[in-house]
Amino acid sequence: MPKPFTKLSAIAAPIMRTNIDTDVIIRIERLVGNGIRGTLGKWAFGSLRYLPDGSENPEFILNREPYREAEILVTGPNFGCGSSREGAVWALQERGIRAVIGSGFGDIFFANCFQNGILPIIVDKEIVDGLAAEVELTQGAGRIGIDLEAQTITSPIGKTYRFEIDPRRRDGLLEGLDEVAQTLRRDDEIRTFQAADAAQRPWIHFTGKQV
Amino acid sequence: MEQPGRTMLDKIWDQHVIFRVSDDTDLLHVDRHLLHDLGGSRGLLDLKSRDLKVHSPELTFATPDHAISSAPGRAGTSKIGLELLGSLRTETSASGIQLFDVDEPGQGIVHVIGPELGLSLPGSLIVCGDSHTCTHGGLGALAFGIGSSELTHVLATQTLIHRRPKTMRVKFEGKLPLGVTAKDMILALIGHAGVAAGTGYAVEYAGSAIHDLPVEGRFTICNLSIEFGAKMGMVAPDDKTYQYVKGRRYAPEGAMWERALKAWKQLPSDANAVFDKEITIDVTKIKPQVTWGISPEHVIGVDGNIPDPATVEDPARRAALETALDYMGLKAGAPIAGTPVDWVFIGSCTNSRLSDLRAAAEVARGRKVAPGVRAWVVPGSETVKRDAVAEGLDKVFTEAGFEWREPGCSMCLAANGEVVTPGQRSVSTSNRNFIGRQGPQARTHLASPASAAAAAIAGAIADVRTMER
Repeated sequence: MPKPFTKLSAIAAPIMRTNIDTDVIIRIERLVGNGIRGTLGKWAFGSLRYLPDGSENPEFILNREPYREAEILVTGPNFGCGSSREGAVWALQERGIRAVIGSGFGDIFFANCFQNGILPIIVDKEIVDGLAAEVELTQGAGRIGIDLEAQTITSPIGKTYRFEIDPRRRDGLLEGLDEVAQTLRRDDEIRTFQAADAAQRPWIHFTGKQV
Repeated sequence: MEQPGRTMLDKIWDQHVIFRVSDDTDLLHVDRHLLHDLGGSRGLLDLKSRDLKVHSPELTFATPDHAISSAPGRAGTSKIGLELLGSLRTETSASGIQLFDVDEPGQGIVHVIGPELGLSLPGSLIVCGDSHTCTHGGLGALAFGIGSSELTHVLATQTLIHRRPKTMRVKFEGKLPLGVTAKDMILALIGHAGVAAGTGYAVEYAGSAIHDLPVEGRFTICNLSIEFGAKMGMVAPDDKTYQYVKGRRYAPEGAMWERALKAWKQLPSDANAVFDKEITIDVTKIKPQVTWGISPEHVIGVDGNIPDPATVEDPARRAALETALDYMGLKAGAPIAGTPVDWVFIGSCTNSRLSDLRAAAEVARGRKVAPGVRAWVVPGSETVKRDAVAEGLDKVFTEAGFEWREPGCSMCLAANGEVVTPGQRSVSTSNRNFIGRQGPQARTHLASPASAAAAAIAGAIADVRTMER
């Protein structure tokens, strides 16, 4: 069940390269196994954060102060494209990230964020670029503010931008809703649908193990 | 006034709505849920920890593909891979879920076996914890990848909450030139429109070139929808589709087949349906494609030159090209053909079906893999493997110096320790040339099976059109 998200004022790290894919966010070998939760934070962006000898790459933004404490990522276009691996979101979450701001995200990554209490915000590229520039201007000291209920972002120098979000997604995050429990409350409707559908499309429902 | 027509997406979507959740979001019934070894048992264990049961085990099917070894005899599956396999066996059995296990007909890459077994059907809604689930759209299904939390939701409820996507139609028109395949068509589209062009859309592929494609080629097209940004890709079912589905293990039979067929014939988009976006591609101009960079949109014709960042005005784009060239170890402006390769991988949910292996074997037949190149053929399923052996394709490959391996995902995503040596160059029939996708520092060039076979023989990226007989 996701942790509720309401307001945040935090250090933000711009990672502006276009098309950062989920393979780059977390390498697949870190995700092989059923006991991986809690082990992923140190491997987030592993191929960018570490040099081939395993030492930290001092150039990479999350290895520099104050960005080590970043809870917000300001991202380039199409961040989180590629694989459906929710491990990419888990790795960000375990690294301490609570929100990502960009002009567009991979569709599956975007959905996975909400499931884990991470707020993905889509705004125009000019706004994203402006936020990144302000963060850099203040050498990371300038915090970004997010108010989910009011649907606003406040930039390091105090400019406020409104963002749009699916109201259902917003309410889910604000309350930290458990979707499975919610859906199961209406299981009788699911079962009624299945019974009617089985009469209409029997080839879907009778897969050879029931009849 | 005439009613606006409905798209295939509208028709399939509406059929699956259990109730409306909010304005544009519905609770949808999931007809088929496919599980694999990387996330399947995790989801089942997650459910158990919440004291929940699998809602509809008869609509759920599992197979190991990601983490098992493709080595002969499955030698070398990692300890953790074996644990995942063991736990998939235990948990599916405990929940009454059909598992297609290693060495059994039915095992294979989820996106190969779904259609092959007749589990994936026109008009059905199919999900799997894997982004290439869009592959099944080649039959006229609504199929898409989901994350782990959504996977748990499907296990517990047999439903998914989803916002209705926008619709896009991509028309491929004209007759495909010799040596150009479905893989080249979809890579050309991604090169033309970019990897984010399909974000937020369900894409329907249409036009004369799609109509002409065999069903297996349509799977390849739909498979790369996610590389175009779209979770969902689909092709309207037609007589080829019905012929493909008929007689498969889980396909309807007799009177039920006739009923299903009648329903499926209603699925194609109405002639007056309006799409939110349309793109048309002239396939007569497409050449065999090969990627040069670290994103599927970094793609050119095999007779083309590697882009030169110096000619790009936009600083962000220029920097991106420089990063890609640096990672790939390529020289700006040089011809891509002739670039020496170390590895060739023929396999993956994109290109591991019988027709793919035939196309590669046609190039390999009577020739030899160049010295220093390691070339693997990994069939997509146990059935593909057996069918290929029955027609002697394994011999064609091994006599040419290719390694013939066991079905699975293998080197497409390197979840099983099967990796390209760091710094080495691979031509791969898979779907992603991301940084490190085939292993740390691996340099991947995506291409069709015929082009990959040509690279193995030439020892370098090669124009398959000069090698065809």
